[in-house]
Amino acid sequence: MATHAHAPTAHGDAHDAGHAAAHEQGQQHPLGIYFKIWGLLFVLSIASYLVDYFHLQGFLRWSLIVIFMFLKAGLIVAVFMHMVWERLALVYAIVVPPLLLVTLLAIGALEAGYTVGTRDIYFGKEAPSAPAAKPHAQH
Amino acid sequence: MAPHEAIGTAGALRADPTALQAIAADFSSDQRAFKNVPWGKPMMWIFLVSDTFIFGSFLISYMTVRGSTQTPWPNTSEVFSLTLFGQSVPLLLIAIMTFVLISSSGTMALAVNYGYRKDRKTTFWLLVATAALGATFVGMQAFEWTKLIMEGVRPWGNPWGAAQFGSCFFMITGFHGTHVTIGVIFLIIVAAKVRRGDLDANRPGFLTGRRGNYEIVETMGLYWHFVDLVWVFIFAFFYLW
Repeated sequence: MATHAHAPTAHGDAHDAGHAAAHEQGQQHPLGIYFKIWGLLFVLSIASYLVDYFHLQGFLRWSLIVIFMFLKAGLIVAVFMHMVWERLALVYAIVVPPLLLVTLLAIGALEAGYTVGTRDIYFGKEAPSAPAAKPHAQH
Repeated sequence: MAPHEAIGTAGALRADPTALQAIAADFSSDQRAFKNVPWGKPMMWIFLVSDTFIFGSFLISYMTVRGSTQTPWPNTSEVFSLTLFGQSVPLLLIAIMTFVLISSSGTMALAVNYGYRKDRKTTFWLLVATAALGATFVGMQAFEWTKLIMEGVRPWGNPWGAAQFGSCFFMITGFHGTHVTIGVIFLIIVAAKVRRGDLDANRPGFLTGRRGNYEIVETMGLYWHFVDLVWVFIFAFFYLW
């Protein structure tokens, strides 16, 4: 492997000689991988549901939800949307731009902190119907 | 384990320094940057990137209003619970909706696969199954909206806490539900084309004069998987957080 000459074909050259007739065009892979990913997505969904079911709190809840979320998203994009088999130029053109959202995320987080800070100053720490509850400490 | 070898190959390519050179060569070449990729696929991907920004903006503004309110956020675990046999099960409907959507993604992936095998009948039935699961999802969402509206959730307030909960909920799940609905309509159109043999006969579609082929099933699949992908983020950030 190792040379980029392999990337352009992107038809899963190594592993499906059996479907030689069918994979002259487009993405053609053995069915098994789709069933495996399907199963994995089920397992990961059950796992993230259990996080809520067992009322895990704090950092553990937060980190588990995010880990399961990114695993699921990665599996869908990589296998169901065939990203692992695509040409690198396409992969980078699609995957890199959404990283800009991190900037917006940071701006949003700063703005939220600033807003709740001003509200605490001008309306008092205690909101009308919520004694002493900090906005991030839900549940 | 062949597929894993393939993934390993792709992984090795990323670490390979010549990979960057290959990307530079693609982008600096004339006429087409994405060699050997049917044009419909990058077009759909670029649309999906723009859609990513739309949903990204929704979820980030949801984070911003949730972080800036002094009133505690309603406990979604209780808000979205269903009573079953006299017991309250948290997030039950949302969990079922998640499984329905994942299953529709699975049948869609299989439909793309059978499409490239030119297995018309199986592709058609898999597309119909995908559309049916999608319609089931929208139906359950309609039920969820009805239930919440009856309980008094409005874009400007609700009985349990921060007023912004309603506007975030209706905006985010509403846009997602719209995407699913549009997806179901297009799935039915693609399924009909497959059944009629339009794709085998390369008959042009109603929208363009371009000849039909089984790549449109994969393009349709990209859209459908994206709808599932967005739900993964909504499920994590809106329902579980």
